[in-house]
Amino acid sequence: MMTILFCGMILSGILLGGLTGRMPQVSQAAIEQSGEAVRLTLSLLGNFCLWGGMMKVAEQSGLTRAAARAFAPLTRRLFRGIDTGGAAMRAITMNLTANLLGLGNAATPLGITAMKELKKEERAHNAATDNMALFVVMNTASLQLIPTTTAMLRSAAGCEHPLDILPSVWIASAVSVVCGIVMAKLLAGRRAKR
Amino acid sequence: MSALGDWAIPSVIFLILLAGWLRGINVFDCFLEGAREGIGTAFDILPSLVALILSIGIFRASGALDLLTAAAAPLARLLLIPGEVVPLALLRPISGSGALVIFQDLLTRFGPDSMIGRIASVMEGSTETTFYTIAVYYGAASIRRTRHTLPAALFADLTGFLMSALTVRWLFYS
Repeated sequence: MMTILFCGMILSGILLGGLTGRMPQVSQAAIEQSGEAVRLTLSLLGNFCLWGGMMKVAEQSGLTRAAARAFAPLTRRLFRGIDTGGAAMRAITMNLTANLLGLGNAATPLGITAMKELKKEERAHNAATDNMALFVVMNTASLQLIPTTTAMLRSAAGCEHPLDILPSVWIASAVSVVCGIVMAKLLAGRRAKR
Repeated sequence: MSALGDWAIPSVIFLILLAGWLRGINVFDCFLEGAREGIGTAFDILPSLVALILSIGIFRASGALDLLTAAAAPLARLLLIPGEVVPLALLRPISGSGALVIFQDLLTRFGPDSMIGRIASVMEGSTETTFYTIAVYYGAASIRRTRHTLPAALFADLTGFLMSALTVRWLFYS
């Protein structure tokens, strides 16, 4: 799937760029964007260290274990067959908590830890397991309760009540997360039967 | 509101450090160990980031995205999504920074309290950068076959966009 996407976007971009005479821009994008990825990684590096360290401290003090236990009634039903007290479930819980609190910068490193732990626990090789797919889908749908960046930009644009959209955001978020979960479960079930 | 955002990160750090200290663990050494692992994680995602940002950059620079926007606008209007926010809906899943630019542009052009401004705000606030998340998570775990992840994630995004337009129309303009 990622191969199709990768080749599809680049090949169609180059073809279209050639047809519409935008080759200079395309060529420039090819050179510049690779460097942009490195800059992005470097800017994320400090974040990954900060939250990697915090996660380790929380692990040692038993904080993540307590959080995993508190969320167990929900996570146990979503992620079937994953050990509730295991390292994977602890990382999943921390990632979901970070998402809810709007700590996007913390959610990514925690989510990557969760993926690595899921891979270990489910002995996956090349292919994603159903639980991995579900976990990623939940992360691609926004769980954030207060969209702080959006609110900030709204008030910067002269809005007096930047959070008057909250009920809308909650309904839209909840519906899309639930639809994502249901779709992931449906698609997983269909393939398992084959 | 933004005060709440300002409080979230410091409170979480405060809680974690306090709990660690009270439990008598060696907080500093423990932090360093975790931070060192963080370096590895950051570089694990670099290859997939290069691939993703490169393909999106070429796709946008060639004008392919504008073409796609023009094609999708009539369909979107059928679903009660104003044509003006279609570029945002298309860009939101693939590029977070690109979407932010368009979002800001919509806010200044139409105002945050217009219907278009509100729908754009709800879209921006209720969805995530899907392709980035998929590329980074699977890239770091070196999983090649993502199976049904992308279809399910895009389905979630689509319902998010639809609900953004519907709830704003329903809660503000009915």
